[in-house]
Amino acid sequence: MSLPFVIIAIVTLLAGAAAMSLRNLVHCALSLVVSLAGLAALYLVLDAQFVGFAQILVYVGAVAILIVFAVLLTRSDATPNQTILSPGWGIGIVVSAVVFATLGWAALNSTGLPKEMPPAPETTVKNIGDLLMTQYVLPLEAIGLLLTAALIGAVIIAMRDDAAKTKMEDGRLKMEKPASPSSSGGHV
Amino acid sequence: MGFVPEAWRTIVSALISVAFIPLVFATMFAIITIFERKGIGRIQNRYGPNRVGIPFTNIRLCGFGQFIPDGLKMLTKEDIVPRTADQVVHFLAPVVMLIPVLLAYAVLPFGRNMTAADFDAGVLFFFAVGGAVELSVFMAGWASHNKYSLLGAMRAIAQMISYEIPLILSAVTVIMIVGSLKTVDIVAAQNHYTCGIAHWYVFTPWGLAGFILFFIASLAESNRTPFDLPEAESEIIAGYFTEYSGFKFALFFLGEYLGMFAAIGLGITLFLGGWTAPFSFLTWVPSYLWFFAKLIALIFTFIWIRATLPRLRMDQLMNFAWKFMLPLSLVNIFTAGLWHFMGAGPTRWAVCSAVIFGSYAILGRGLMEKQNLGRRIYRYAD
Repeated sequence: MSLPFVIIAIVTLLAGAAAMSLRNLVHCALSLVVSLAGLAALYLVLDAQFVGFAQILVYVGAVAILIVFAVLLTRSDATPNQTILSPGWGIGIVVSAVVFATLGWAALNSTGLPKEMPPAPETTVKNIGDLLMTQYVLPLEAIGLLLTAALIGAVIIAMRDDAAKTKMEDGRLKMEKPASPSSSGGHV
Repeated sequence: MGFVPEAWRTIVSALISVAFIPLVFATMFAIITIFERKGIGRIQNRYGPNRVGIPFTNIRLCGFGQFIPDGLKMLTKEDIVPRTADQVVHFLAPVVMLIPVLLAYAVLPFGRNMTAADFDAGVLFFFAVGGAVELSVFMAGWASHNKYSLLGAMRAIAQMISYEIPLILSAVTVIMIVGSLKTVDIVAAQNHYTCGIAHWYVFTPWGLAGFILFFIASLAESNRTPFDLPEAESEIIAGYFTEYSGFKFALFFLGEYLGMFAAIGLGITLFLGGWTAPFSFLTWVPSYLWFFAKLIALIFTFIWIRATLPRLRMDQLMNFAWKFMLPLSLVNIFTAGLWHFMGAGPTRWAVCSAVIFGSYAILGRGLMEKQNLGRRIYRYAD
Protein backbone atom coordinates (compact mmCIF):
# COMPACT_ATOMS: atom_id res chain seq x y z
CA MET A 1 0.00 0.00 0.00
CA SER A 2 1.43 3.31 -1.05
CA LEU A 3 1.12 6.58 0.86
CA PRO A 4 -1.24 8.27 -1.66
CA PHE A 5 -3.54 5.27 -1.48
CA VAL A 6 -3.68 5.46 2.32
CA ILE A 7 -4.38 9.21 2.36
CA ILE A 8 -7.08 9.00 -0.29
CA ALA A 9 -8.67 5.96 1.35
CA ILE A 10 -8.84 7.71 4.73
CA VAL A 11 -10.37 10.85 3.18
CA THR A 12 -12.89 8.78 1.25
CA LEU A 13 -13.94 6.75 4.28
CA LEU A 14 -14.19 9.80 6.55
CA ALA A 15 -16.29 11.63 3.96
CA GLY A 16 -18.51 8.56 3.60
CA ALA A 17 -18.97 8.41 7.38
CA ALA A 18 -19.77 12.12 7.43
CA ALA A 19 -22.35 11.62 4.67
CA MET A 20 -24.14 9.14 6.92
CA SER A 21 -23.91 10.98 10.20
CA LEU A 22 -24.24 14.73 9.57
CA ARG A 23 -27.55 16.34 10.50
CA ASN A 24 -27.96 18.78 7.64
CA LEU A 25 -28.93 16.97 4.45
CA VAL A 26 -27.04 19.35 2.16
CA HIS A 27 -23.89 18.79 4.24
CA CYS A 28 -24.45 15.05 3.80
CA ALA A 29 -24.75 15.50 0.04
CA LEU A 30 -21.55 17.57 -0.07
CA SER A 31 -19.59 14.99 1.93
CA LEU A 32 -20.90 12.33 -0.40
CA VAL A 33 -19.37 14.38 -3.22
CA VAL A 34 -16.00 14.35 -1.42
CA SER A 35 -16.31 10.60 -1.02
CA LEU A 36 -17.09 10.14 -4.73
CA ALA A 37 -14.19 12.39 -5.71
CA GLY A 38 -11.97 10.26 -3.45
CA LEU A 39 -13.07 7.17 -5.38
CA ALA A 40 -12.13 8.94 -8.60
CA ALA A 41 -8.70 9.69 -7.10
CA LEU A 42 -8.33 5.99 -6.22
CA TYR A 43 -9.02 5.09 -9.85
CA LEU A 44 -6.35 7.58 -10.89
CA VAL A 45 -3.87 6.03 -8.44
CA LEU A 46 -4.59 2.70 -10.16
CA ASP A 47 -3.70 4.35 -13.52
CA ALA A 48 -7.27 4.13 -14.81
CA GLN A 49 -7.52 7.64 -16.22
CA PHE A 50 -10.66 7.22 -18.26
CA VAL A 51 -12.67 5.69 -15.41
CA GLY A 52 -11.39 8.29 -12.97
CA PHE A 53 -12.29 11.27 -15.14
CA ALA A 54 -15.63 9.73 -16.10
CA GLN A 55 -16.33 9.23 -12.38
CA ILE A 56 -15.70 12.93 -11.73
CA LEU A 57 -17.72 14.02 -14.76
CA VAL A 58 -20.71 11.83 -13.95
CA TYR A 59 -20.78 11.77 -10.15
CA VAL A 60 -19.30 15.12 -9.11
CA GLY A 61 -20.62 17.04 -12.10
CA ALA A 62 -24.06 15.54 -12.59
CA VAL A 63 -25.23 13.14 -9.88
CA ALA A 64 -24.17 15.43 -7.03
CA ILE A 65 -26.12 18.32 -8.53
CA LEU A 66 -29.11 16.03 -8.98
CA ILE A 67 -28.96 14.92 -5.32
CA VAL A 68 -28.62 18.48 -4.10
CA PHE A 69 -31.55 19.62 -6.23
CA ALA A 70 -33.66 16.73 -4.99
CA VAL A 71 -32.85 17.66 -1.38
CA LEU A 72 -33.67 21.32 -1.96
CA LEU A 73 -36.90 20.73 -3.86
CA THR A 74 -38.36 18.06 -1.58
CA ARG A 75 -37.65 19.24 1.96
CA SER A 76 -37.38 22.41 3.94
CA ASP A 77 -33.86 22.99 5.17
CA ALA A 78 -34.81 22.66 8.83
CA THR A 79 -32.49 20.14 10.45
CA PRO A 80 -34.11 17.21 12.28
CA ASN A 81 -34.11 17.35 16.06
CA GLN A 82 -34.20 13.66 16.84
CA THR A 83 -31.00 11.61 16.93
CA ILE A 84 -29.67 10.30 13.66
CA LEU A 85 -28.68 6.88 14.98
CA SER A 86 -31.51 4.41 15.31
CA PRO A 87 -31.82 2.64 18.70
CA GLY A 88 -30.42 -0.68 17.46
CA TRP A 89 -27.17 0.69 16.05
CA GLY A 90 -24.94 -1.53 18.20
CA ILE A 91 -26.57 -4.73 16.93
CA GLY A 92 -26.41 -3.33 13.41
CA ILE A 93 -22.65 -2.87 13.64
CA VAL A 94 -22.19 -6.43 14.97
CA VAL A 95 -24.34 -7.93 12.22
CA SER A 96 -22.61 -5.99 9.45
CA ALA A 97 -19.16 -6.86 10.83
CA VAL A 98 -20.08 -10.57 10.91
CA VAL A 99 -21.44 -10.42 7.35
CA PHE A 100 -18.34 -8.60 6.12
CA ALA A 101 -16.02 -11.09 7.86
CA THR A 102 -17.89 -14.05 6.37
CA LEU A 103 -17.87 -12.62 2.88
CA GLY A 104 -14.23 -11.62 3.14
CA TRP A 105 -13.24 -15.05 4.42
CA ALA A 106 -15.19 -16.73 1.63
CA ALA A 107 -13.65 -14.50 -1.00
CA LEU A 108 -10.10 -14.96 0.26
CA ASN A 109 -10.44 -18.77 0.44
CA SER A 110 -12.29 -19.30 -2.82
CA THR A 111 -10.48 -21.17 -5.58
CA GLY A 112 -12.17 -19.17 -8.34
CA LEU A 113 -9.96 -16.13 -7.83
CA PRO A 114 -6.48 -16.17 -9.31
CA LYS A 115 -3.88 -15.95 -6.56
CA GLU A 116 -1.29 -14.29 -8.76
CA MET A 117 -1.93 -10.77 -9.97
CA PRO A 118 -2.31 -10.87 -13.75
CA PRO A 119 -0.13 -8.36 -15.57
CA ALA A 120 -1.98 -5.07 -15.88
CA PRO A 121 -3.29 -4.66 -19.43
CA GLU A 122 -2.38 -1.50 -21.24
CA THR A 123 -5.53 0.57 -21.00
CA THR A 124 -5.73 3.60 -23.17
CA VAL A 125 -8.89 5.46 -24.04
CA LYS A 126 -8.53 4.08 -27.54
CA ASN A 127 -8.56 0.47 -26.30
CA ILE A 128 -11.62 1.12 -24.16
CA GLY A 129 -13.37 2.71 -27.13
CA ASP A 130 -12.48 -0.20 -29.40
CA LEU A 131 -13.78 -2.74 -26.90
CA LEU A 132 -16.97 -0.76 -26.30
CA MET A 133 -17.66 -0.62 -30.02
CA THR A 134 -16.81 -4.28 -30.80
CA GLN A 135 -16.95 -6.80 -27.97
CA TYR A 136 -19.28 -4.95 -25.61
CA VAL A 137 -21.46 -3.20 -28.17
CA LEU A 138 -24.62 -5.04 -27.10
CA PRO A 139 -24.47 -4.00 -23.41
CA LEU A 140 -23.67 -0.46 -24.55
CA GLU A 141 -26.74 -0.40 -26.80
CA ALA A 142 -28.88 -1.87 -24.04
CA ILE A 143 -27.76 0.83 -21.58
CA GLY A 144 -28.38 3.49 -24.21
CA LEU A 145 -31.91 2.17 -24.80
CA LEU A 146 -32.59 2.03 -21.06
CA LEU A 147 -31.39 5.59 -20.50
CA THR A 148 -33.41 6.88 -23.45
CA ALA A 149 -36.52 5.16 -22.09
CA ALA A 150 -35.89 6.70 -18.67
CA LEU A 151 -35.41 10.13 -20.25
CA ILE A 152 -38.65 9.90 -22.24
CA GLY A 153 -40.45 8.65 -19.14
CA ALA A 154 -39.20 11.61 -17.13
CA VAL A 155 -40.30 14.04 -19.83
CA ILE A 156 -43.76 12.46 -19.99
CA ILE A 157 -44.20 12.65 -16.21
CA ALA A 158 -43.10 16.26 -16.16
CA MET A 159 -45.36 17.17 -19.11
CA ARG A 160 -48.53 15.72 -17.63
CA ASP A 161 -47.93 17.51 -14.36
CA ASP A 162 -47.33 20.79 -16.13
CA ALA A 163 -50.47 20.56 -18.30
CA ALA A 164 -52.66 19.76 -15.31
CA LYS A 165 -51.23 22.63 -13.32
CA THR A 166 -51.72 25.23 -16.06
CA LYS A 167 -55.29 24.03 -16.53
CA MET A 168 -55.87 24.43 -12.82
CA GLU A 169 -54.33 27.89 -12.79
CA ASP A 170 -56.42 28.96 -15.78
CA GLY A 171 -59.54 27.80 -13.97
CA ARG A 172 -58.56 29.70 -10.86
CA LEU A 173 -57.86 32.82 -12.87
CA LYS A 174 -61.27 32.64 -14.57
CA MET A 175 -62.95 32.15 -11.22
CA GLU A 176 -61.09 34.98 -9.57
CA LYS A 177 -61.46 37.58 -12.28
CA PRO A 178 -65.15 38.43 -11.93
CA ALA A 179 -65.08 38.04 -8.18
CA SER A 180 -62.47 40.66 -7.39
CA PRO A 181 -62.37 43.46 -9.95
CA SER A 182 -60.59 45.77 -7.56
CA SER A 183 -57.38 43.70 -7.48
CA SER A 184 -56.72 43.90 -11.21
CA GLY A 185 -53.12 43.35 -12.18
CA GLY A 186 -52.21 42.10 -8.74
CA HIS A 187 -52.42 38.47 -9.70
CA VAL A 188 -49.06 36.87 -10.36
CA MET B 1 18.42 22.97 -16.54
CA GLY B 2 22.08 22.04 -16.25
CA PHE B 3 22.64 24.13 -13.11
CA VAL B 4 20.06 22.18 -11.09
CA PRO B 5 21.21 18.98 -9.33
CA GLU B 6 20.10 15.77 -11.02
CA ALA B 7 17.73 14.68 -8.24
CA TRP B 8 15.84 17.98 -8.20
CA ARG B 9 15.19 18.26 -11.91
CA THR B 10 11.75 16.64 -12.04
CA ILE B 11 10.49 18.74 -9.14
CA VAL B 12 11.92 21.97 -10.55
CA SER B 13 10.54 21.35 -14.04
CA ALA B 14 7.12 20.51 -12.57
CA LEU B 15 7.21 23.68 -10.46
CA ILE B 16 8.11 25.81 -13.47
CA SER B 17 5.34 24.39 -15.62
CA VAL B 18 2.80 24.77 -12.80
CA ALA B 19 3.84 28.22 -11.57
CA PHE B 20 3.51 29.56 -15.11
CA ILE B 21 -0.25 28.98 -15.17
CA PRO B 22 -1.47 31.04 -12.17
CA LEU B 23 1.15 33.74 -12.76
CA VAL B 24 0.46 34.37 -16.43
CA PHE B 25 -3.29 33.94 -16.35
CA ALA B 26 -3.87 35.94 -13.16
CA THR B 27 -1.85 38.81 -14.66
CA MET B 28 -3.81 38.46 -17.86
CA PHE B 29 -7.04 38.58 -15.85
CA ALA B 30 -5.95 41.86 -14.26
CA ILE B 31 -5.09 43.46 -17.58
CA ILE B 32 -8.14 42.11 -19.40
CA THR B 33 -10.46 43.67 -16.80
CA ILE B 34 -9.03 47.07 -17.72
CA PHE B 35 -9.40 46.35 -21.42
CA GLU B 36 -12.94 45.21 -20.79
CA ARG B 37 -13.90 48.33 -18.84
CA LYS B 38 -12.24 50.65 -21.32
CA GLY B 39 -13.58 48.77 -24.34
CA ILE B 40 -17.14 48.64 -23.08
CA GLY B 41 -16.83 52.29 -22.13
CA ARG B 42 -15.80 53.24 -25.65
CA ILE B 43 -18.52 51.10 -27.25
CA GLN B 44 -21.12 52.70 -24.97
CA ASN B 45 -19.82 56.19 -25.72
CA ARG B 46 -18.14 56.99 -22.39
CA TYR B 47 -14.54 57.06 -21.21
CA GLY B 48 -14.00 54.18 -18.82
CA PRO B 49 -11.05 54.21 -16.39
CA ASN B 50 -8.39 56.64 -17.66
CA ARG B 51 -6.74 58.15 -14.54
CA VAL B 52 -4.56 55.71 -12.62
CA GLY B 53 -1.05 55.15 -13.94
CA ILE B 54 2.20 54.42 -12.15
CA PRO B 55 1.94 55.35 -8.44
CA PHE B 56 3.86 58.41 -7.15
CA THR B 57 4.49 59.72 -10.65
CA ASN B 58 2.48 61.73 -13.11
CA ILE B 59 2.52 58.99 -15.73
CA ARG B 60 -1.06 57.99 -16.46
CA LEU B 61 -0.65 55.10 -18.93
CA CYS B 62 -4.22 55.77 -20.17
CA GLY B 63 -5.57 54.28 -16.95
CA PHE B 64 -3.92 50.89 -17.29
CA GLY B 65 -2.68 51.06 -13.70
CA GLN B 66 -6.27 50.75 -12.48
CA PHE B 67 -6.01 47.05 -11.67
CA ILE B 68 -3.44 47.64 -8.90
CA PRO B 69 -5.69 49.80 -6.67
CA ASP B 70 -8.64 47.56 -7.57
CA GLY B 71 -6.77 44.48 -6.40
CA LEU B 72 -5.51 46.20 -3.24
CA LYS B 73 -9.04 47.39 -2.48
CA MET B 74 -10.33 43.81 -2.77
CA LEU B 75 -7.57 42.52 -0.50
CA THR B 76 -8.08 45.11 2.24
CA LYS B 77 -11.88 45.18 2.28
CA GLU B 78 -13.69 43.71 5.25
CA ASP B 79 -14.76 40.11 4.77
CA ILE B 80 -18.44 40.08 5.75
CA VAL B 81 -20.13 36.75 6.36
CA PRO B 82 -23.88 36.81 7.06
CA ARG B 83 -24.82 35.59 10.54
CA THR B 84 -27.21 32.93 9.26
CA ALA B 85 -24.81 31.73 6.58
CA ASP B 86 -23.37 28.24 6.72
CA GLN B 87 -19.83 29.28 7.73
CA VAL B 88 -17.85 26.30 6.43
CA VAL B 89 -19.58 25.93 3.07
CA HIS B 90 -19.61 29.71 2.60
CA PHE B 91 -15.84 29.74 3.10
CA LEU B 92 -15.18 26.72 0.88
CA ALA B 93 -17.24 27.80 -2.14
CA PRO B 94 -14.72 30.25 -3.71
CA VAL B 95 -11.92 27.73 -3.17
CA VAL B 96 -13.91 24.96 -4.84
CA MET B 97 -14.55 27.39 -7.70
CA LEU B 98 -10.94 28.37 -8.31
CA ILE B 99 -9.13 25.02 -7.95
CA PRO B 100 -10.88 23.11 -10.76
CA VAL B 101 -10.59 26.13 -13.04
CA LEU B 102 -6.82 26.22 -12.49
CA LEU B 103 -6.63 22.44 -12.94
CA ALA B 104 -8.30 22.74 -16.32
CA TYR B 105 -5.27 24.66 -17.62
CA ALA B 106 -3.10 21.57 -17.07
CA VAL B 107 -4.14 19.99 -20.36
CA LEU B 108 -4.05 23.06 -22.59
CA PRO B 109 -1.10 23.14 -24.99
CA PHE B 110 0.13 26.75 -24.83
CA GLY B 111 2.89 26.15 -27.32
CA ARG B 112 5.10 23.50 -28.85
CA ASN B 113 5.93 21.06 -25.98
CA MET B 114 4.26 23.43 -23.53
CA THR B 115 1.60 21.28 -21.90
CA ALA B 116 1.72 20.92 -18.11
CA ALA B 117 0.12 17.45 -18.09
CA ASP B 118 -0.41 15.55 -21.31
CA PHE B 119 -3.11 13.11 -20.20
CA ASP B 120 -4.30 10.30 -22.39
CA ALA B 121 -7.86 11.52 -21.75
CA GLY B 122 -7.05 15.23 -21.74
CA VAL B 123 -10.28 16.63 -23.18
CA LEU B 124 -12.30 14.44 -20.83
CA PHE B 125 -10.23 15.78 -17.92
CA PHE B 126 -11.04 19.33 -18.97
CA PHE B 127 -14.79 18.71 -18.97
CA ALA B 128 -14.61 16.62 -15.77
CA VAL B 129 -12.98 19.36 -13.68
CA GLY B 130 -15.37 21.87 -15.23
CA GLY B 131 -18.20 19.96 -13.59
CA ALA B 132 -16.96 20.96 -10.13
CA VAL B 133 -17.64 24.63 -10.92
CA GLU B 134 -21.39 23.97 -10.85
CA LEU B 135 -21.02 22.48 -7.40
CA SER B 136 -19.18 25.54 -6.12
CA VAL B 137 -21.89 27.80 -7.50
CA PHE B 138 -24.47 25.78 -5.65
CA MET B 139 -22.39 25.86 -2.45
CA ALA B 140 -22.08 29.64 -2.66
CA GLY B 141 -25.78 30.16 -3.33
CA TRP B 142 -27.01 27.77 -0.69
CA ALA B 143 -24.56 28.68 2.06
CA SER B 144 -25.31 32.41 1.81
CA HIS B 145 -28.83 31.80 3.16
CA ASN B 146 -30.22 34.47 0.91
CA LYS B 147 -33.10 34.14 -1.55
CA TYR B 148 -31.34 36.03 -4.32
CA SER B 149 -28.21 33.92 -3.91
CA LEU B 150 -30.16 30.69 -4.12
CA LEU B 151 -32.14 31.94 -7.12
CA GLY B 152 -28.92 32.92 -8.84
CA ALA B 153 -27.37 29.54 -8.07
CA MET B 154 -30.41 27.72 -9.44
CA ARG B 155 -30.32 29.79 -12.61
CA ALA B 156 -26.58 29.27 -12.97
CA ILE B 157 -26.78 25.50 -12.54
CA ALA B 158 -29.72 25.15 -14.93
CA GLN B 159 -27.85 27.23 -17.50
CA MET B 160 -24.50 25.48 -17.07
CA ILE B 161 -25.98 21.99 -17.30
CA SER B 162 -28.00 22.93 -20.39
CA TYR B 163 -25.08 24.47 -22.22
CA GLU B 164 -22.55 21.85 -21.17
CA ILE B 165 -24.28 19.37 -23.50
CA PRO B 166 -23.78 21.32 -26.75
CA LEU B 167 -20.30 22.28 -25.50
CA ILE B 168 -19.23 18.65 -25.14
CA LEU B 169 -21.10 17.44 -28.22
CA SER B 170 -19.48 20.08 -30.42
CA ALA B 171 -16.06 19.00 -29.10
CA VAL B 172 -16.90 15.35 -29.87
CA THR B 173 -16.63 16.02 -33.63
CA VAL B 174 -12.95 16.93 -33.34
CA ILE B 175 -12.25 13.92 -31.11
CA MET B 176 -13.93 11.68 -33.71
CA ILE B 177 -11.86 13.05 -36.57
CA VAL B 178 -8.53 13.04 -34.70
CA GLY B 179 -9.21 9.73 -32.99
CA SER B 180 -7.62 10.84 -29.74
CA LEU B 181 -8.56 12.66 -26.54
CA LYS B 182 -5.01 13.98 -26.14
CA THR B 183 -4.88 17.74 -26.61
CA VAL B 184 -1.33 17.50 -28.00
CA ASP B 185 -2.47 15.04 -30.68
CA ILE B 186 -5.40 17.29 -31.57
CA VAL B 187 -3.06 20.22 -32.22
CA ALA B 188 -0.59 18.01 -34.10
CA ALA B 189 -3.39 16.81 -36.38
CA GLN B 190 -4.06 20.42 -37.44
CA ASN B 191 -0.41 21.26 -38.00
CA HIS B 192 -0.36 20.71 -41.79
CA TYR B 193 -0.42 23.19 -44.61
CA THR B 194 -1.84 23.08 -48.15
CA CYS B 195 -0.99 26.02 -50.41
CA GLY B 196 0.37 27.75 -47.32
CA ILE B 197 -2.95 27.67 -45.41
CA ALA B 198 -3.23 25.68 -42.20
CA HIS B 199 -5.54 22.68 -41.79
CA TRP B 200 -7.46 24.12 -38.87
CA TYR B 201 -10.75 22.39 -38.25
CA VAL B 202 -12.59 25.69 -38.35
CA PHE B 203 -11.95 25.69 -42.11
CA THR B 204 -14.20 22.64 -42.64
CA PRO B 205 -18.04 22.74 -42.70
CA TRP B 206 -18.45 20.66 -39.53
CA GLY B 207 -15.57 22.50 -37.88
CA LEU B 208 -17.07 25.90 -38.55
CA ALA B 209 -20.47 24.82 -37.22
CA GLY B 210 -18.76 23.12 -34.26
CA PHE B 211 -16.68 26.19 -33.48
CA ILE B 212 -19.70 28.50 -33.52
CA LEU B 213 -21.65 26.11 -31.29
CA PHE B 214 -18.66 25.78 -28.96
CA PHE B 215 -18.20 29.54 -28.87
CA ILE B 216 -21.84 30.21 -27.93
CA ALA B 217 -21.85 27.41 -25.37
CA SER B 218 -18.63 28.62 -23.75
CA LEU B 219 -20.10 32.13 -23.64
CA ALA B 220 -23.02 30.67 -21.70
CA GLU B 221 -20.77 28.50 -19.51
CA SER B 222 -18.81 31.55 -18.40
CA ASN B 223 -22.05 33.40 -17.48
CA ARG B 224 -21.41 36.43 -19.65
CA THR B 225 -23.85 38.66 -21.48
CA PRO B 226 -26.14 37.76 -23.24
CA PHE B 227 -26.23 34.72 -20.93
CA ASP B 228 -25.61 36.54 -17.62
CA LEU B 229 -28.92 35.63 -16.03
CA PRO B 230 -27.25 34.03 -12.97
CA GLU B 231 -25.85 37.42 -12.00
CA ALA B 232 -28.44 39.71 -13.55
CA GLU B 233 -27.89 42.75 -11.36
CA SER B 234 -31.23 44.36 -12.14
CA GLU B 235 -33.14 41.24 -11.07
CA ILE B 236 -31.23 39.33 -8.39
CA ILE B 237 -28.46 41.73 -7.22
CA ALA B 238 -25.37 39.63 -8.03
CA GLY B 239 -26.78 36.13 -8.04
CA TYR B 240 -24.90 33.46 -6.18
CA PHE B 241 -22.13 35.74 -4.90
CA THR B 242 -24.41 38.45 -3.52
CA GLU B 243 -23.25 37.71 0.04
CA TYR B 244 -19.54 37.66 -0.75
CA SER B 245 -17.24 40.57 -0.13
CA GLY B 246 -13.56 41.37 -0.04
CA PHE B 247 -11.16 38.78 -1.30
CA LYS B 248 -13.73 35.98 -1.54
CA PHE B 249 -15.61 38.09 -4.06
CA ALA B 250 -12.33 38.66 -5.89
CA LEU B 251 -11.78 34.90 -5.99
CA PHE B 252 -15.18 34.39 -7.64
CA PHE B 253 -14.39 37.14 -10.10
CA LEU B 254 -11.01 35.56 -10.84
CA GLY B 255 -12.51 32.08 -11.12
CA GLU B 256 -15.10 33.27 -13.59
CA TYR B 257 -12.56 34.98 -15.83
CA LEU B 258 -10.05 32.13 -15.63
CA GLY B 259 -12.86 29.74 -16.52
CA MET B 260 -13.66 31.85 -19.54
CA PHE B 261 -9.99 31.91 -20.64
CA ALA B 262 -9.76 28.14 -20.20
CA ALA B 263 -12.90 27.50 -22.25
CA ILE B 264 -11.57 29.77 -25.02
CA GLY B 265 -8.21 27.99 -24.80
CA LEU B 266 -9.88 24.64 -25.35
CA GLY B 267 -11.83 26.10 -28.26
CA ILE B 268 -8.55 27.28 -29.80
CA THR B 269 -6.99 23.86 -29.25
CA LEU B 270 -9.92 22.02 -30.80
CA PHE B 271 -10.87 24.23 -33.74
CA LEU B 272 -8.30 26.99 -34.28
CA GLY B 273 -5.20 24.84 -34.47
CA GLY B 274 -3.86 25.52 -30.97
CA TRP B 275 -0.42 27.02 -31.21
CA THR B 276 0.00 26.53 -34.98
CA ALA B 277 0.43 29.45 -37.35
CA PRO B 278 -2.34 30.25 -39.85
CA PHE B 279 0.05 30.41 -42.84
CA SER B 280 3.11 28.30 -43.48
CA PHE B 281 5.36 31.35 -44.03
CA LEU B 282 4.59 32.52 -40.50
CA THR B 283 5.79 29.38 -38.70
CA TRP B 284 8.94 31.17 -37.50
CA VAL B 285 6.87 33.14 -34.97
CA PRO B 286 7.13 31.38 -31.57
CA SER B 287 4.24 28.98 -31.05
CA TYR B 288 3.09 30.38 -27.69
CA LEU B 289 2.68 33.83 -29.29
CA TRP B 290 0.15 32.35 -31.70
CA PHE B 291 -1.77 30.73 -28.87
CA PHE B 292 -1.95 33.95 -26.86
CA ALA B 293 -2.78 36.04 -29.95
CA LYS B 294 -5.75 33.78 -30.67
CA LEU B 295 -6.73 33.81 -27.00
CA ILE B 296 -6.70 37.60 -26.77
CA ALA B 297 -8.57 37.97 -30.07
CA LEU B 298 -11.34 35.70 -28.83
CA ILE B 299 -11.46 37.42 -25.42
CA PHE B 300 -11.94 40.75 -27.18
CA THR B 301 -14.76 39.17 -29.18
CA PHE B 302 -16.36 38.18 -25.87
CA ILE B 303 -15.99 41.76 -24.61
CA TRP B 304 -17.48 43.09 -27.84
CA ILE B 305 -20.47 40.75 -27.50
CA ARG B 306 -20.91 41.76 -23.85
CA ALA B 307 -21.02 45.43 -24.77
CA THR B 308 -23.42 44.88 -27.67
CA LEU B 309 -26.09 42.31 -26.87
CA PRO B 310 -28.89 42.59 -24.29
CA ARG B 311 -29.65 39.85 -21.79
CA LEU B 312 -31.84 36.91 -22.81
CA ARG B 313 -34.96 35.80 -20.97
CA MET B 314 -34.85 32.49 -19.08
CA ASP B 315 -37.23 30.66 -21.45
CA GLN B 316 -35.34 31.98 -24.48
CA LEU B 317 -32.12 30.72 -22.92
CA MET B 318 -33.46 27.22 -22.32
CA ASN B 319 -35.24 26.99 -25.68
CA PHE B 320 -32.08 28.05 -27.46
CA ALA B 321 -29.99 25.38 -25.74
CA TRP B 322 -32.37 22.45 -25.98
CA LYS B 323 -34.32 23.11 -29.17
CA PHE B 324 -31.66 24.70 -31.34
CA MET B 325 -28.10 24.00 -30.19
CA LEU B 326 -28.59 20.40 -29.10
CA PRO B 327 -30.14 19.19 -32.40
CA LEU B 328 -27.59 21.15 -34.42
CA SER B 329 -24.67 19.67 -32.50
CA LEU B 330 -26.10 16.16 -33.03
CA VAL B 331 -26.42 16.88 -36.78
CA ASN B 332 -22.85 18.15 -36.64
CA ILE B 333 -21.59 14.86 -35.19
CA PHE B 334 -23.34 13.03 -38.04
CA THR B 335 -21.75 15.41 -40.53
CA ALA B 336 -18.29 14.81 -39.09
CA GLY B 337 -18.86 11.08 -39.59
CA LEU B 338 -19.88 11.70 -43.22
CA TRP B 339 -16.77 13.87 -43.70
CA HIS B 340 -14.56 11.09 -42.38
CA PHE B 341 -15.99 8.33 -44.56
CA MET B 342 -16.55 10.21 -47.84
CA GLY B 343 -12.88 10.63 -48.64
CA ALA B 344 -11.14 13.77 -49.89
CA GLY B 345 -12.66 15.74 -52.73
CA PRO B 346 -15.15 18.51 -53.46
CA THR B 347 -18.19 16.22 -53.06
CA ARG B 348 -17.79 15.94 -49.31
CA TRP B 349 -17.50 19.70 -49.03
CA ALA B 350 -20.78 20.11 -50.91
CA VAL B 351 -22.63 17.33 -49.07
CA CYS B 352 -21.47 18.30 -45.57
CA SER B 353 -22.17 22.00 -46.11
CA ALA B 354 -25.61 21.16 -47.50
CA VAL B 355 -26.45 18.98 -44.48
CA ILE B 356 -25.36 21.62 -41.96
CA PHE B 357 -26.91 24.65 -43.65
CA GLY B 358 -30.07 22.70 -44.52
CA SER B 359 -30.63 21.60 -40.94
CA TYR B 360 -29.75 25.09 -39.68
CA ALA B 361 -32.30 26.68 -42.01
CA ILE B 362 -35.04 24.13 -41.29
CA LEU B 363 -34.50 24.33 -37.53
CA GLY B 364 -34.34 28.10 -37.47
CA ARG B 365 -37.43 28.54 -39.67
CA GLY B 366 -39.39 25.94 -37.72
CA LEU B 367 -38.64 27.51 -34.36
CA MET B 368 -39.33 31.04 -35.62
CA GLU B 369 -42.70 30.07 -37.09
CA LYS B 370 -43.87 28.73 -33.74
CA GLN B 371 -43.08 32.04 -32.09
CA ASN B 372 -45.64 33.98 -34.22
CA LEU B 373 -43.35 36.96 -34.25
CA GLY B 374 -44.63 38.66 -37.40
CA ARG B 375 -42.59 41.05 -39.44
CA ARG B 376 -39.82 42.99 -37.80
CA ILE B 377 -40.55 46.71 -37.76
CA TYR B 378 -37.79 49.29 -37.56
CA ARG B 379 -38.54 52.66 -36.00
CA TYR B 380 -36.05 55.44 -36.50
CA ALA B 381 -35.79 58.65 -34.54
CA ASP B 382 -36.42 61.59 -36.84
